[in-house]
Amino acid sequence: MDQIQLGAVDYAILIVYFAFVLGIGWVLRRHVKSSEDFFLSGRSIPTWIAGLAFLSANLGAQEVIGMAASGAKYGIMTSHFYWVGAIPAMVFVGVFMMPFYYGSKARSVPEYLRLRFDEKTRGFNAITFALMTIFSSGISMYALAKLLELILGWDFNASIVVSAVIVLVYIFLGGLTSAIYNEVLQFFLIVLGFLPLVLLGLKDVGGWSGLVQKLHPVATSAGYAEGAWTDSWKHLGSAGANPMGVEWFGMMMGLGFVLSFGYWCTDFLVVQRAMAAENMGAARRTPVLAAIPKALFPALVIVPGMIAIALHHQTGGFLPMNADGTPNYNLAMPALLIHYLPTGLLGLGLTALMASFMSGMAGNVTAFNTVWTYDIYQSYIKPGQSDRHYLRMGHAATVFGIVASVAAAYATTRFNNIMDMLQLVFAFVNAPLFATFLLGMFWRRATGHGAFYGLLLGTLAAAAHHGLTLPAGGVPGIKGAFLGAALHTYPSEMAQNFWTAILAWTTCFLGTIVISLLTTCRKTDAELVGLVHSLTPKPAEGHLAWYERPATLGVAVLGLTIVLNLIFW
Amino acid sequence: MQLDLRLPMGLMFSAFGALLTIFGLVSDEALYQRSLGINVNLWWGLVLLAFGLAMLALARKGRTRA
Repeated sequence: MDQIQLGAVDYAILIVYFAFVLGIGWVLRRHVKSSEDFFLSGRSIPTWIAGLAFLSANLGAQEVIGMAASGAKYGIMTSHFYWVGAIPAMVFVGVFMMPFYYGSKARSVPEYLRLRFDEKTRGFNAITFALMTIFSSGISMYALAKLLELILGWDFNASIVVSAVIVLVYIFLGGLTSAIYNEVLQFFLIVLGFLPLVLLGLKDVGGWSGLVQKLHPVATSAGYAEGAWTDSWKHLGSAGANPMGVEWFGMMMGLGFVLSFGYWCTDFLVVQRAMAAENMGAARRTPVLAAIPKALFPALVIVPGMIAIALHHQTGGFLPMNADGTPNYNLAMPALLIHYLPTGLLGLGLTALMASFMSGMAGNVTAFNTVWTYDIYQSYIKPGQSDRHYLRMGHAATVFGIVASVAAAYATTRFNNIMDMLQLVFAFVNAPLFATFLLGMFWRRATGHGAFYGLLLGTLAAAAHHGLTLPAGGVPGIKGAFLGAALHTYPSEMAQNFWTAILAWTTCFLGTIVISLLTTCRKTDAELVGLVHSLTPKPAEGHLAWYERPATLGVAVLGLTIVLNLIFW
Repeated sequence: MQLDLRLPMGLMFSAFGALLTIFGLVSDEALYQRSLGINVNLWWGLVLLAFGLAMLALARKGRTRA
């Protein structure tokens, strides 16, 4: 891939953006007076800001680069991550789960687990989550620096230091509020920075109908029916009929239920934004309102990938090639930016790309400093200190979080396989988590022992399943079969991941029920008010207009999602 | 509410819009071969400028109401 030179106007746009990001942190520093201000924004964030931050905290490298890559590799089926996965989960967490997260006054997701279950369940979740956020932030930093080195020739070390210092300064000064405000800024920048790219790309290939025509030969040359890149449901009858290599049940249960609900309903990184909202109604509307732009995001991040693969097939070399002769799908979005955007708009597009990486980093660091301070430091290391002490620890944890992220970024350059392995272990831990929360919130009889050992069993089931299966073409090792001969071969890595998640969730769900029935519930009904559905008064909605009620909004969003699924059936 | 976010957002996008619009007006046409011959800096600059000014107007309206 040829490196490009930025013009003065491109650098001007980049500098203006950095100035505003740091300026917001500087202005907000005066308002951080307590640990609640720093970690939870004083629970004062309006719905529209919390909603866009809820969405933007997830707009890291995985979303922008990863979804465009999947759009090129799998076509419109990638939209299942949105229309089957994210949207129903976001509606569910807003309508059904936020009353417990927000109403219990828990300051974090692990703290909810302590209130509902016990200390060991909280400790397990807090420690694995804190480690995971650091590695995620580091990998995001590494990916940004590698990308800038590849397309602009910027020094890898300088990119790491600049991105780390900017994120550190604005979080250190303004805490979660600064991160949330900047995430909203980044959301609009990402939309307005990538939209011209989509419009130019579609105009170039002859609109949507032209793109569909150009993707037919892409599908047939890969051995699929001609609509395999442009139909989202028609080819899910069998795993061999679509480029994802999954069938409808694995898709619906693995992605649509276990993985998506597991992420959107239990990951503190996104839930923290809703917990910072100004009241219960705002907290419940936050994820539901965020689901509206989320439903339309495939147009911004998946369609560019589809345009890139159409151009690649047409010209025979639009995307750079890997050593094994396959296209480098991860460069679909950067290749389009360079192909279509002239100096000026290119600066805006690259700034949007950097903003997406930095919002991912900031989301991880703010979640880390909260969980570290409240759930690890205050609980196990120094309980009973003054609020000012914990505020200072929050600042220190922010610095440590950034430094540890930088270390993780450098570890990625030297020990790529170890980082892959760590991500795999975290996937095993996360897959069963939604079962624990579902039973905790909706089954009063679930006990602390049931939750903890159910989680462990689910994690072990995930590891065992991965260790005894392989994806087609995979070699034993990190791809699977590390426990011996592969008992089953899946058509694709994605199918293997979906079924690993299904097995982990089911094991955790059943394990928690059985162990709970065999152990004594030590929480009284009075202790479980605000934590369990059957013991908690329904949030008052009488004062809200019909269009402000989370359930009404949720039905409308789900309706929009059904329409989108039917349009691209 | 410590800071009306629409104010910095309006200022930032107005600045982006102004930069791109001015650059679009003074830059050479040959620059736009890759963007299908469209002066995207000028047109998208105007879009960003309109968005930024709308945000500033909303922030001003909010402050007046408060």
